[in-house]
Amino acid sequence: MAGLDDLYREIILDHYRSPRNRGELPPPALRVEGFNPLCGDEITVYAQVEDGVLRDIKLTGHGCSISQSSSSLMSTAVKGKSLEQVRETIATFKQLMTVHEKKLGDDAEDNDVDAEIRRLGELAALAGVVKFPVRIKCATLAWNTLTQALDELPA
Amino acid sequence: MTNFDPQRVRTDIPLMRRVINGRPITYLDSGASSLTPRTVIEAMDRYYENHHANVHRGVYQTANESTAIYEGGREAAARFLNAPGGSGEIVFTKNATESFNLLARSWGTKFLAPGDVVLVTEMEHHANIVPWFQLREAHGIEVRFIPVGDDYRLDLSRIEELMQGVKLVSVTGMSNVLGSINPIRELADMAHAHGALIAVDGAQSVAHLPTDLVDLDIDFLAFSAHKMLGPTGLGIFWTRADILESMPPFLGGGGMIKDVSVDGYTPAGGPTRFEAGTPPIAEVAGFSAAVQYLEDLGLDNIAAYEKELTGDALTRLARNFGDTLRVIGPADTLERGGVISLDVKGVHPHDVAQVLDQFGVCVRPGHHCAKPLMKRFGLAATARASYGPYSLVDDTDVLLEALAHAVEMFA
Repeated sequence: MAGLDDLYREIILDHYRSPRNRGELPPPALRVEGFNPLCGDEITVYAQVEDGVLRDIKLTGHGCSISQSSSSLMSTAVKGKSLEQVRETIATFKQLMTVHEKKLGDDAEDNDVDAEIRRLGELAALAGVVKFPVRIKCATLAWNTLTQALDELPA
Repeated sequence: MTNFDPQRVRTDIPLMRRVINGRPITYLDSGASSLTPRTVIEAMDRYYENHHANVHRGVYQTANESTAIYEGGREAAARFLNAPGGSGEIVFTKNATESFNLLARSWGTKFLAPGDVVLVTEMEHHANIVPWFQLREAHGIEVRFIPVGDDYRLDLSRIEELMQGVKLVSVTGMSNVLGSINPIRELADMAHAHGALIAVDGAQSVAHLPTDLVDLDIDFLAFSAHKMLGPTGLGIFWTRADILESMPPFLGGGGMIKDVSVDGYTPAGGPTRFEAGTPPIAEVAGFSAAVQYLEDLGLDNIAAYEKELTGDALTRLARNFGDTLRVIGPADTLERGGVISLDVKGVHPHDVAQVLDQFGVCVRPGHHCAKPLMKRFGLAATARASYGPYSLVDDTDVLLEALAHAVEMFA
């Protein structure tokens, strides 16, 4: 049975209480709003991209501990990375929110998934969210919003 | 309270045996849907096991029985509501939401002209807002809102001004967020004095307060069976017989016609005009049993008991949590039902509900389909606990224990 400790890991609570990279960036930084109409969670991502690198990222918004800590954790994971690395991190995280569910279900050895989770570092604290399916959309809100921002970049 | 014993109600409800996360279920989400007594489930089973056939027009035995069961539901509803014109005024729909859509699309389209005003309130469920906005798009009506005051009651100080040009007042009997019970008779008198009609959203009130249509003197009532111990998939629409007869059909198809030819159709008279297609017959059987069950308990008894529960909960929430927790709704039990919306400092409603689930406590986080009201109080969401006739003071005990845990965890 999934317990509260699986969901509310200390790192998550820490990022919820003290969110990193809060604030806004002035134009020409990208600004994209993410919205979860079901629960009213809102996140605005500001992304400053130069020479194919995500130089700075800031976030505003409000929502539950999972959506807010996930956005904070995301900002620390992608800040200063090349866009290629950012997209890889997004893909790995989204993988964690889907494929990982199977592994949790049958306890099968899956070294690939384990390795990927390890590579996510602090972000791995969010792995327990998949045991609470209705909360996955909370965890992925910021990531989907960042993806949208990157998609708006001129080719 | 001679006939009323919440412990006995609990034993009548199979779902009360559920264990959630190792703890007995503490069901505090009756505002979203009530739990179902065995007699209601059995009535539906009995229908499928002994009588099932399509209603109306059949000549064989079971078809006649099914028709009698279905039409019996109208009798039960008319009795339950003290409908002045009897069972011919009861229309079965899919839910309270469809009842409002029927009202807006049928009555609204025919009787409202561009510029006519429908007056709703800031505390309405989206079911009593969106159909009017849709009618505004299609027919240019105006939708106006009665504001809600800081005391969580309708602010009627400017009501004379708001009533200008109003053709319909459409208001909830009890807020599904605040628990506030609205002065329906007073509003009905006001509406009628201005030549307007009045519709009431009874979804939150019919299972928790007596509803007497003659006393209330309203013109339309919408509610759902599943919030009054009945099954899902069934709503009720009531209006006075003369209004009903003046309303054009809403959904077209079988069952709602008097005649069809290659040239056109003539709609049936009475409530069946609004019941196109095979209706939810088993659900109506369950609904009749739910009405019987509520009548046996006595709505006055239920109202008095839930008032006690609510008063106790409000007192203890204030005492145990002080400024950490804000109740979004009246602080006293005067004209107030057992719906308690909570805003916990530093803990998002979704996290509150998640922690409570670990204690087997079922509450609802979110905007409760009342976003204008949420905006009015500067909130995105609340965590809402709501009582039913099977609720106990023990449920409040577990709620308080779980809330304390949530507060501690996020402190």
